[in-house]
Amino acid sequence: MIAVSVLSVFAVALLSPLLFRRQNNNISPWLIALLPLGLSAYYISLLPSAAVGNPLTFTRPWAEALGASFSFRADGLGLLFALLISGIGTLVVIYARGYLNQKDLALFYPWLLAFMGAMLGVALSDNLILLFIFWELTSLSSFMLIGFKNEKEAARSSALQALLVTSAGGLAMLAGIILLGMAGGTYEISALLSNRMAVQSHSLYLPALILILLGAFTKSAQFPFHFWLPNAMVAPTPVSAYLHSATMVKAGVYLMARLHPVLGGTDAWTYIVGGVGTLTMLIGGYLALSQTDLKRLLAYSTLSALGTLTMLIGLGTPLALKAAVVLLLAHGLYKGALFLVAGALEHETGTRDVTKLGGLFRVMPITAIGAGVAALSMAGLPPLFGFISKELIYETGLEINLWLTVAIVAMGLFNVFIAIVVGVGPFIGKQTKTPNKAHEVPFSMWLAPTLLAGLSLFAGMFPGEVSSLIISSATSSVVGEAVVVKLKLWHGINPAFLLSIGTVIAGIALFFVRNSLRSVLQKFEWKWGPGYLYNYALEGLMNFANWQTRIIQHGYLRYYLRVIVLILTVSGAVALWRIPSVNLISSFNDSNTSNVMFYDVMLAVLILGSALVAVLSPSRMGAIVALGAAGYLIALIYLFFGAPDLAITQFAIESLTVILFVLAFYHLPKFQTFSSASERKIDAVISLLAGALMTMLVLVAVDVQIASSISHYYIENSLPLAYGRNIVNVILVDFRNLDTLGEITVLGVAGIGVYALLKFRKGKE
Amino acid sequence: MKMDSLILKTTARLLLPNLLLFSLFIFIRGHNEPGGGFIAGLVASAAYALYSIAFDAEQARHVLGIETRLLIGIGLVLALLSGFFSMFGGQAFLVGLWIDLPLPSPFNKVGTPLLFDMGVFLAVVGVTLTFIFALEEVK
Amino acid sequence: MEVILAIVIGGLYAAGIYMLLRRSLVKLLLGLGLISHAANLLIFTAARLTRAASPIIPVSEEAFPASYADPLPQALILTAIVISFGVIAFALALSYRTYKIAGSDDLDKMRETKE
Repeated sequence: MIAVSVLSVFAVALLSPLLFRRQNNNISPWLIALLPLGLSAYYISLLPSAAVGNPLTFTRPWAEALGASFSFRADGLGLLFALLISGIGTLVVIYARGYLNQKDLALFYPWLLAFMGAMLGVALSDNLILLFIFWELTSLSSFMLIGFKNEKEAARSSALQALLVTSAGGLAMLAGIILLGMAGGTYEISALLSNRMAVQSHSLYLPALILILLGAFTKSAQFPFHFWLPNAMVAPTPVSAYLHSATMVKAGVYLMARLHPVLGGTDAWTYIVGGVGTLTMLIGGYLALSQTDLKRLLAYSTLSALGTLTMLIGLGTPLALKAAVVLLLAHGLYKGALFLVAGALEHETGTRDVTKLGGLFRVMPITAIGAGVAALSMAGLPPLFGFISKELIYETGLEINLWLTVAIVAMGLFNVFIAIVVGVGPFIGKQTKTPNKAHEVPFSMWLAPTLLAGLSLFAGMFPGEVSSLIISSATSSVVGEAVVVKLKLWHGINPAFLLSIGTVIAGIALFFVRNSLRSVLQKFEWKWGPGYLYNYALEGLMNFANWQTRIIQHGYLRYYLRVIVLILTVSGAVALWRIPSVNLISSFNDSNTSNVMFYDVMLAVLILGSALVAVLSPSRMGAIVALGAAGYLIALIYLFFGAPDLAITQFAIESLTVILFVLAFYHLPKFQTFSSASERKIDAVISLLAGALMTMLVLVAVDVQIASSISHYYIENSLPLAYGRNIVNVILVDFRNLDTLGEITVLGVAGIGVYALLKFRKGKE
Repeated sequence: MKMDSLILKTTARLLLPNLLLFSLFIFIRGHNEPGGGFIAGLVASAAYALYSIAFDAEQARHVLGIETRLLIGIGLVLALLSGFFSMFGGQAFLVGLWIDLPLPSPFNKVGTPLLFDMGVFLAVVGVTLTFIFALEEVK
Repeated sequence: MEVILAIVIGGLYAAGIYMLLRRSLVKLLLGLGLISHAANLLIFTAARLTRAASPIIPVSEEAFPASYADPLPQALILTAIVISFGVIAFALALSYRTYKIAGSDDLDKMRETKE
């Protein structure tokens, strides 16, 4: 049933275009939304069994030699992700209906649903190989969705960038997965989890860890691979909200959380994961400060949140892991809502520039309320879920050391500022003049952000219920043993709370000096970041490809052929030289030279003579006749050595070939000599060497019999089974007639090709 | 390209039926003696090729009476069809089936390989004549 | 006898390769024909020569005489002969078409040909 829940999404993705075949189809998006809605209900129904440590599983063998199987497992962490995917997915499907036009929707939903299915697969797979396949599918569908407005150059290059970065990381991850499988002896995640000691003491642990982390870091846009995420904001806003904030970019975080019980807890883990996470958290937050584009602001703040999650998982203390799981949910709710608000603002006003937006509360009150609640959650104010999350993170920092606390508080400060700029700023103050005159968005577009904001409020009001329902079991999955998490909204006045008050006040203060802050920061912008390096590397690769194409693909047929023939001749000669069992001298005595009759020698001389004439003849007719003569003489060889069928065929074909040559050459120019005398000499030497090698090869081949001939079967069964005495014909039309069928098909294609080449003219039939 | 020679024309006209008869002979005996669909097809093509050189491609087409490309198709379909008979009997594609007929050898055994060979024959004739006629008809 | 045929095959290959290396398209086509001959003869010789009977069961007999030529390579070569005929025909038609468009049979001049 879990497997069905994942695969059904792919099935609907394939079928969904059919829903849009009628013009002006308003109801289809609602129908499609029923699927993720139903899946959400199904995953909620699985929560109780996961909470008591008895998750639903499903296993079918697949490619067992490769260690791959269709295993799914719905534990707390998997279900938390699955619910984020299906829940926010439902809202995004509905939201897209208002955001995109009818024509685009028919193209949009298949990819969105394909992504949803792949992402659910990542969350619920219990086999690393299966997980990897779904992982790559999310990269592919993300590529299609980022590049959805494919007529725009920026969309195409950003899509390519995201694909290159994430799939390069994916490749590293595949290698890491294989190493992990070797170290742990299995690719089943649930089996690996109990193998922690064996894996961590294995010599492959460190390489496996680094490779897998590369996959996770690229996917979750960790520094220095973070640059693709802000660029991916060219995607339609529902995509940004869904893939690049709530779900796909968290796949890396998910993988780290999932494998934490196996790989985590070591120094390498703590320093790499914790360090990279902290760096990303600070860089993302800092870069967000100077942005004025709504979506880029949110993208950088998403980077900061992803960094925070990575840092918490890297720290690995029970408190940190609990904070990570809570932030995962809180961030999905508030950031998803804010992205959708940003989309609504752009949709209505025609701009995403925060400096041009203001006073929209009067015209878009519902959106404004949703935005405000989500922003308060992001800023970490009670009674919202973001508050609980932030308090936990602060406590984690205080528990560890001062420096970490400073970094975390800085992140908190950035968050407050960004939340106000995005969620409050556009709605307060004096109404500004915008490209389009703003109205409240339609129901389908305000439903999603307000519902998500409402959930932030609900989870903040009832933290105990939320934690017993899902947070406890998800945290248990990450920790690796059963833990009970009790969340409370009010912790009393403690150091974390005091810090919170400080960050909120400082954040509000920053908001009032935002314009001067931006102008200061924009002076310090540096352009030599990893994004620049990426462009530089890509350009270099293109230039290198151009250069080597110019050198190797020069377009002179005869030089290609020269290279091919020379390499073949030299390597063939080396092979003959090096194989000790081959004795060329012995080929010349024994039976190979005996049994020669006078007319054999005559034939050989005549064939070689006609070949020479064909080469040297100054007239085309002479060359054709010589070629034909060689063919007829070869037919005689076939006749003398027991192959009458070949002889007749060769004879007939040769006659027809001569006719073809004469007919064709009638329309082609006379022989001309283009090459210089020295070129001709070089060619003569090359071809004579190649010919000599072929002679040697024949002599060697004649004396080598690797396996006994399989003709006995044909000979013994030709008469009893196929009622034929001519075995060659029986082979052609009975024993091996599939080959013959293929051959006459090829001939037929050649016939049609010749007809097309000669009969059709450009421009007329 | 056209050779206006009365001797060639007369020869071609006389040779055509004889060569076709010969090709039929080669085809039938092909299962037991040198011959078969390929060779018979080539001989038949040679007969028409000679005719087309003596007269021209258009007249040769007229004598042939069927579009050469159609001949390719018929040949391929025939060969393909011959493979399906065995599948109705639950055997693999292209397995030969035979029936006995109360006739003197070589007509006493008739089977799907003969049909297959017929397909080869027609395909070869079609392809070869497509080549030759098309080349002759170039401007 | 194998030695003699080996030399013939080598000679045919040499002639064919030399013609393939020409700049003239027309000569290249003849090279194709020579190479086909060489290849067919190569398979034939490599599969062991014999002057024994052809692989046909005499009408009077029910089984095979003791010594016979191997039928399998013959079947292979038969198809190879017919296929190379098709290849040459196609190459001829292609060359004709190329010549009409490029206006020359010098392969070097065809590099920059634009339709």
